[in-house]
Amino acid sequence: MAMISGENHGLRLAVRYAVLGLIAVIFIFPLVFMVVSSLKPDQQLLLDTKSLRAFLPVGDISLDNYVAAFQRAPVGLFIFNSVLVTGATVLLSLLVCSLAGFAFVFINWTGRELVLGIILATLIVPFETIAIPLLLLMSKLPWLGLDGLTWGWLNSYRVQIVPLVADGLTIFLFVQYFKDLPGELIEAARVEGATWWQIYRRVVMPLSGPILATAAILKFLIMYNQYLWPLMVVQDESYRPVMVGLQYFFQLNRAWGEIMAYLSLITVPVLGFYLVLQRAFIASIASTGVKG
Amino acid sequence: MASRFQHSNRAGWLMAGPAAALIGLFIIVPFALAIVFSFTNQRLISPNPAEFIGLDNYRQLLGVATLTLAPETDAAGAPVVENGEVQYPALRGYTRNNPDYPGLRGMREWFSFDWGDNRTFVLARDVVFMTAIVNTFIFVLVVAPVQGGLALGLALLINQKLRGINVFRAIYFMPVVVSIVVVSLLWRFIYDGNSGLLNNLLGFLSFGFIPPVDWLGNPSTALGAIIAMSIWQAVGFHMVIWLSGLQTISPTLYEAAALEGASKWQTFRHVTWPGLRNTAVLVLIVITMQAFALFAQIDVTTRGGPLDSTQTIVFQAVQRGYGKQDISGGSAISVILFVIVLAISLTQRWLTREKR
Repeated sequence: MAMISGENHGLRLAVRYAVLGLIAVIFIFPLVFMVVSSLKPDQQLLLDTKSLRAFLPVGDISLDNYVAAFQRAPVGLFIFNSVLVTGATVLLSLLVCSLAGFAFVFINWTGRELVLGIILATLIVPFETIAIPLLLLMSKLPWLGLDGLTWGWLNSYRVQIVPLVADGLTIFLFVQYFKDLPGELIEAARVEGATWWQIYRRVVMPLSGPILATAAILKFLIMYNQYLWPLMVVQDESYRPVMVGLQYFFQLNRAWGEIMAYLSLITVPVLGFYLVLQRAFIASIASTGVKG
Repeated sequence: MASRFQHSNRAGWLMAGPAAALIGLFIIVPFALAIVFSFTNQRLISPNPAEFIGLDNYRQLLGVATLTLAPETDAAGAPVVENGEVQYPALRGYTRNNPDYPGLRGMREWFSFDWGDNRTFVLARDVVFMTAIVNTFIFVLVVAPVQGGLALGLALLINQKLRGINVFRAIYFMPVVVSIVVVSLLWRFIYDGNSGLLNNLLGFLSFGFIPPVDWLGNPSTALGAIIAMSIWQAVGFHMVIWLSGLQTISPTLYEAAALEGASKWQTFRHVTWPGLRNTAVLVLIVITMQAFALFAQIDVTTRGGPLDSTQTIVFQAVQRGYGKQDISGGSAISVILFVIVLAISLTQRWLTREKR
């Protein structure tokens, strides 16, 4: 009897793993196909899709597609642009939104409830519904730069960074997190004569590691994967980020191997980053669901 | 909240100011501008100042009318039938400069249905936009329940205590960190009509019985193909949200259910599901809002085609506002989208409100 139920248990376990494994295959095969194909010459790539060879690095394997991709498009520049825009936005967002969260939770000021209410109300405005008028606004804004006062922000880094720094979700996440911090710490520091800036810098920020990681990861994913906005505001290729740079590979003669190489190049580092920081990534997505 | 903290207007405004100013300038002002522009003929670049034109943009986009026509009759009064089809008078006789039907001027046939002997034609001023609205609703109505349901299924699967379960969780979540633009391109390859992986797989499984289909190039499969691909990319996101909901349910409730000999289904129905109420509302609202914003997949794969079968509201807004530099038309579409999203999320909140 015991033996039978033991076998039964083993079988059920095997079935469970089989189901989990099958689903895993569904989620992973396009990504394996992408990386494997990036190593093959076009002719073989297309031929291999007829069999499981599509997912195996076999045959004529080389990095030629990567070399060709760099020759076809300023890939390095696109990657640099994306890293710059993403990095700058994430850092500014952490600073601006955490300061705001701090002010909303720890300081009593006139208009606090109203401003917070308005900011949270913007959560139901999808970016897509303001993109068109924002485009017009961007074409008219002034900018004081090295060459004096100029008009219009189109075709620049700032047009990709500044409008996306502050957002309701990030502020909301900071507010939620700060509310759970022990308020006595802030009161005590205040009594001892610390300035607000000192409290923010020396008391609250050192306790904010988890929320800073969460907010940074969410913003990173959104910014690195930007498509609609840079598509509209950046025609000049010297400011183009990676996702818009893709257009380069769809002109005239389409080389699938090169496309796969480019896709791998812009995706694999993010996947690697994700796999290393997996827990933090998943925790940051989960936190958007808490207290929704 | 937090009234025990010290009062300081200066510090409060200084610290919250940058965020408030940025949100005001880059979210609230454009939002207000969208409403204002939608009543004008504003263009991105124009020598003439914009003029107020009232509801014309909305009339142009949403104008719908019906026209019921009797069949054409021959001299004897019998309906004319050609090639087995009953013949009706040509619509352009009504939509082009017919002084008796001024409201129909410039409209085109959207669809028609037979009503007794007569046929009713539904005309729209902008048939493509109407198609875009319908497609977007189909997309949302399929994606919201299917993606939400699959994500819950995955979350329940991942919530088991099994060795190595975290590896599977990591894999299921992987597409979420991949850009939808990259995903769309990869799936273009999967859906390809000739050497696509999907056709090869189906051909292999059916021993060549299923003929290859150009999934994205066929009006009857294109939207479905985009739906499947979108769910594949985003389902891991909502799996994680369900998972965090599952983990808030107290284990003692499960112990109690086990003690009372509840079946798996009973446990799910009476313990798990009630505990997931708030999560369910959130997942539904988030998926709905994301689904209404459908754009990148379309732009990278089908660009609205074939035969407008994958036109969507946001794709139309961008095509007009940016492609044709018609800021006012694009803004009117944006306002329509916002009203739809707002109405639906309010309805969802109301339907799922706490009943007291």
